[in-house]
Amino acid sequence: MGGFDYLAKRLLFAAVTVFVAITLNFVLFRTLSGDAVSALRCRQCTQAFKDYQRHELGLDESKWQQYKLYLNDLAHGDFGRSLRSQAPVTTEIWPPIKNTIAMVALGTFFSIVFGILVGVISAWRRGTAADKGGLWTGLAFYSMPPQWLGLLMVLFVAGALGLPTSGIKDPTLGILSDASTWDVFVDKMRHMILPALTLGLVLFGEYALVVRSAMLETLGEDYVLTARAKGLSNWSIVWKHGLRNAALPIITLIALSLGFIIGGSITIEYVFSYPGIGLAVVEAIDQRDYPILQGAFLLLTFSVIFANLVADLLYFKLDPRVST
Amino acid sequence: MSASTQGAAAADSGLAQAAPRRPGAIKTAILTQPQALIGLAIIGAFVIIALVAPLFLSGDPKAKVGPIFEPPSTAHPLGLDGGGADMIRLLIAGTRVSLLVGFCAALVSAIIGGTIGVLSGFFGGKTDIALMRMTDYFLVIPDIPLMIVAAALFGRSLTNIIIIIGIIYWTTTARLIRAQVKSVRERVYVKRSRALGAGNGRLIFKHILPQVAPLLIANTVLLVAYAIFAETFITFLGLGDPSVISWGRLIENAFQDDAILNNAWWAIVPPGLCVTLIVLGATIFGQSLEDGLNPRLRVGHLSVRRFKVRPLRGKLDTE
Repeated sequence: MGGFDYLAKRLLFAAVTVFVAITLNFVLFRTLSGDAVSALRCRQCTQAFKDYQRHELGLDESKWQQYKLYLNDLAHGDFGRSLRSQAPVTTEIWPPIKNTIAMVALGTFFSIVFGILVGVISAWRRGTAADKGGLWTGLAFYSMPPQWLGLLMVLFVAGALGLPTSGIKDPTLGILSDASTWDVFVDKMRHMILPALTLGLVLFGEYALVVRSAMLETLGEDYVLTARAKGLSNWSIVWKHGLRNAALPIITLIALSLGFIIGGSITIEYVFSYPGIGLAVVEAIDQRDYPILQGAFLLLTFSVIFANLVADLLYFKLDPRVST
Repeated sequence: MSASTQGAAAADSGLAQAAPRRPGAIKTAILTQPQALIGLAIIGAFVIIALVAPLFLSGDPKAKVGPIFEPPSTAHPLGLDGGGADMIRLLIAGTRVSLLVGFCAALVSAIIGGTIGVLSGFFGGKTDIALMRMTDYFLVIPDIPLMIVAAALFGRSLTNIIIIIGIIYWTTTARLIRAQVKSVRERVYVKRSRALGAGNGRLIFKHILPQVAPLLIANTVLLVAYAIFAETFITFLGLGDPSVISWGRLIENAFQDDAILNNAWWAIVPPGLCVTLIVLGATIFGQSLEDGLNPRLRVGHLSVRRFKVRPLRGKLDTE
């Protein structure tokens, strides 16, 4: 089978998965759980308003009609409207998504750095106390509930480092004097560090384990032996010959772990009141604002499907053997 | 925990033959790996606490016995929580519920995943393709958001949570069991049995299941870890069963009651520590069992998760 077939297959798979996710979403929200309007928590809503909402949302049509309508709306990029604010879901969840992307990127960066450091040191010092210590630390963090680690961070670390523990913006910023772009940036970063660090710690264990075993495999290869025989420095052997060749499983793992990253970031954002998509989900649950919940779930799912596709394509690029 | 990513990679490798299974395979796998023993000890300790402790304690664990967030003292070694209840009593009550959720949810997904895996691996052909396609799609959909959505829609009871977690985590099991069944199906004794006229039911229950059971058990232990972890997640977002105390609920309570502002570390640290310990225990126990029973997982490039790697081929002098 050629490379083109492989690509086509992966693309088709991603497309079908998107369709499955959409359908699952429809089934969950529209058929199994009653309807969104009656679940809405809203004291002022009159019966007339609810009926109007139902009609607006097409909830008085047959399920099959609703499904077709729903697919049609989605195809036009219409995710519906928030039941609370009446604003389109896309405009409601776009700002939180930007915040989440920034935080998750920083967190993933932390975890990659820790993971590679611990993994490489563990592999290099295989069987020593450093190796065991690194692995067990990684495993312990891997087993911690992210929300709990977040609470520990607030309790023990935030005070010591003098970092803020909630929100994304210092309320006093820009009140006494105009804040420069730089000040705003620094303020945002300061708010982002603790949630990102929490995410990084939760994730790094898994990365460290994979880096370690990938490194062990490459360090056992003949070309590494050759490199040693040539008298190259340890540094050059580990980074240039070892890690570069161990990159394949590491990159794939990072792309594949996006699902978990997203899951972890939901509770972490809640702990730190960080205004990201996770906090939006928690608020939507609280207010029974199903369209927001639905939109967020779809977007999260799409991004994971997309990351999987990217992982497949990367794998193909880095290792042509997979196309067979 | 990215159950799905691990399972996908671990299970895609139906090529190698599984080791011949002997009676007592699980026992050997445990005894030859110190990690497994540590994990087993942790799980065992918690199970004993859950079963035995309530015999000595009576009354409502949520009862108010002192001022809120009272620091640890000799009468209450772990202090009191935001409702003035004794933390130790709460933790013990939480152990029961968390373990119950963990084991029941793991059982649900083992049954679903096991059935799909066996059917898919045993019958092959179109059944296999249909079932595995379905599994693949569900593997990709992120488990935690799906769980949250389902929990938000279906009301807050313990049974619902168990079912939701169980239904979401079956995919990796199905993949793993299918690969194993495929290789067992081709063994000579199964073929001979079929030639002698054994029906599908007899082949599955008499010859296939006993062979895959140890691996299914190992996988179920791993699922216990995921399930307990997932329960803390759902509960923390306010979607847990309000009438029961679990470790997840204790963490949530500490957060909601502002244990942080009261600097009450004793209300925050212990429940999370329990979760970490049991997840760690179940993870290392389950993984060493899997590694012991399924040598394929030890072959580096076939598995994302690799605790045991193949021995270094070139001897590397690290000094």
